Amino acid sequence: MRFRPRALAVGAGAALLAAGLGLVAIGSGDYPMGPADVLRTLTGGGTPAEQFIVSELRLPRLVTALLVGAALALAGTIFQSLVRNPLGSPDILGFTQGASTGALVVVVLGGSSLALAGAAVVGGIATGLVIYALAWRRGVHGYRLILVGIGVAAILTGVNGYLLTRAPLMDAARAVLWLTGSLDGRGWANAGPLLVVTAVLAPVVLVGCAAALRMMELGDDTASALGVPVVRLRLVLLASAVLLVSFAAAAAGPVSFVALVAPHVTRRLTRAPGPNLLPSMAVGAALLVGADLLAQRAFAGHQLPVGVVTGVIGGGYLVWLLAVERRAGRL
Amino acid sequence: MHPGSTRLGGAALTLAYDRRVIAENLTVAIPDQSFTVIIGPNACGKSTVLRALSRMLRPNAGAVLLDGRDIHAQSARTVARTLGLLPQSSIAPDGISVAELVARGRYPHQGLLRQWSREDERVVQESMAATGVDDLADRLVDELSGGQRQRVWLAMALAQQTPLLLLDEPTTYLDIAHQIEILDLCARLHEEQGRTLVAVLHDLNHAARYATHLIAMRDGRVVAAGDPATVVTADLVNEVFGLPCRVIDDPETGTPLVVPAARRRAVEPA
Repeated sequence: MRFRPRALAVGAGAALLAAGLGLVAIGSGDYPMGPADVLRTLTGGGTPAEQFIVSELRLPRLVTALLVGAALALAGTIFQSLVRNPLGSPDILGFTQGASTGALVVVVLGGSSLALAGAAVVGGIATGLVIYALAWRRGVHGYRLILVGIGVAAILTGVNGYLLTRAPLMDAARAVLWLTGSLDGRGWANAGPLLVVTAVLAPVVLVGCAAALRMMELGDDTASALGVPVVRLRLVLLASAVLLVSFAAAAAGPVSFVALVAPHVTRRLTRAPGPNLLPSMAVGAALLVGADLLAQRAFAGHQLPVGVVTGVIGGGYLVWLLAVERRAGRL
Repeated sequence: MHPGSTRLGGAALTLAYDRRVIAENLTVAIPDQSFTVIIGPNACGKSTVLRALSRMLRPNAGAVLLDGRDIHAQSARTVARTLGLLPQSSIAPDGISVAELVARGRYPHQGLLRQWSREDERVVQESMAATGVDDLADRLVDELSGGQRQRVWLAMALAQQTPLLLLDEPTTYLDIAHQIEILDLCARLHEEQGRTLVAVLHDLNHAARYATHLIAMRDGRVVAAGDPATVVTADLVNEVFGLPCRVIDDPETGTPLVVPAARRRAVEPA
């Protein structure tokens, strides 16, 4: 494809912003450190105490935030592009709810946090399979996927509510925190699986599918006439997006609105048609790191789960966007 | 033109959507370097045949052959370098410019190692010039009129540089002037570039005027095929469309012109 300087600048800018916010995030907390100290510690210097605080406490949380943001943004961009609908995000299509169901089953039955993460992955993937099977009719098309997804999401929301009432009170409180989406106390064990999945799937999508995905935006018939194996490509992309969402949920819970909002923000900034996969990932990462920084520091002595911040910011942005588009007569 | 030689055709085709059979034991051949037009009443299966010929619909029986090989045994990309298709409906992404849309026609010629080249740029320019949209290159597709937009889609299909080009009702939704503009353009592409064109058209008179080879279909069967001058007769039109008519010579081109019978002619005076 031809070179898009503006998209590249947006991607680079968002990546820099994410890195800058990350430096601030690592440096702030009960033991504040300046950016220079953080950089020195990251490169192997600093006192043993600083080493511990940075590499065992704050860095894994930051890496988890970056990965969850990038993975959700990538998945959201894929979904929106495939269903050709700006509301086509995993929060609305039921995949996030499926991951939550898996996690809640473990909460009710009682299990370790590792089991909870695993169950979230299984729940997300199982929901993906069910939705794909139900929406299948000579291929899976946009509207059927959205309608089936919304239906499945509604059912799973009910199931999740039921599971919460079955959980012991203490566990239910923990489950509600998980359902909001939180990065508190996330360590390398949380970041690791998501890192592996993202490292495998991001190249599959970015290198293997990006150009074909752009063709699919012209409609199935046109894409197929241009030589895109439409049915197979859609399966690969849906599977990748579902895996990304499931593992992101396993790492940080179902953080809301990032998958929905990051592609929109990116599109407005790049002004480029089509899915801007890489810039979206950078924007998503910056968004989540920024939201987590805000969640930790906005109210002194009172930490919020990051999902509260993304929900408020994301929802607010969406409402603002709709109002602006409406005034401009585009909606 | 070698009469009888065909790069694209299908034999003993059974075409169906799920269990709804559209055509059975159908045989079609597209003569090389022809401008073939498929006509027939609504739901006669003409668009279905075009879908089968373009690899979008897999026949339940029989095979579509492209250059002697089953089209489904070839990869989508291989086929897309030989055979292009302008479908009935395409979606222009928000905020895409004319030049960007036409450039997407180069997709089947690109790959991981073969990125955008000067050759691609040249073909895109030529395709836009051939369809007269070169002065619209930087405009957004959303802002264009229906006729301009259809020329842009045609330019995209041309940029694919396929010797065979299939067009599914390319004049639908256009007013009469733009219909003629698109068909004139197709005729010019056929004559000047030597491409084989296959179009599904609704208007019998357009078909008779522009086609070098006509295929008339009804109920999933080919009723007649050949030179429009011999195929288009009052009897055939009545058989295919159930329309009583007279066929006269088109005063502009000398091709057959179908004039539907007046209401009163049913009780024709002797």
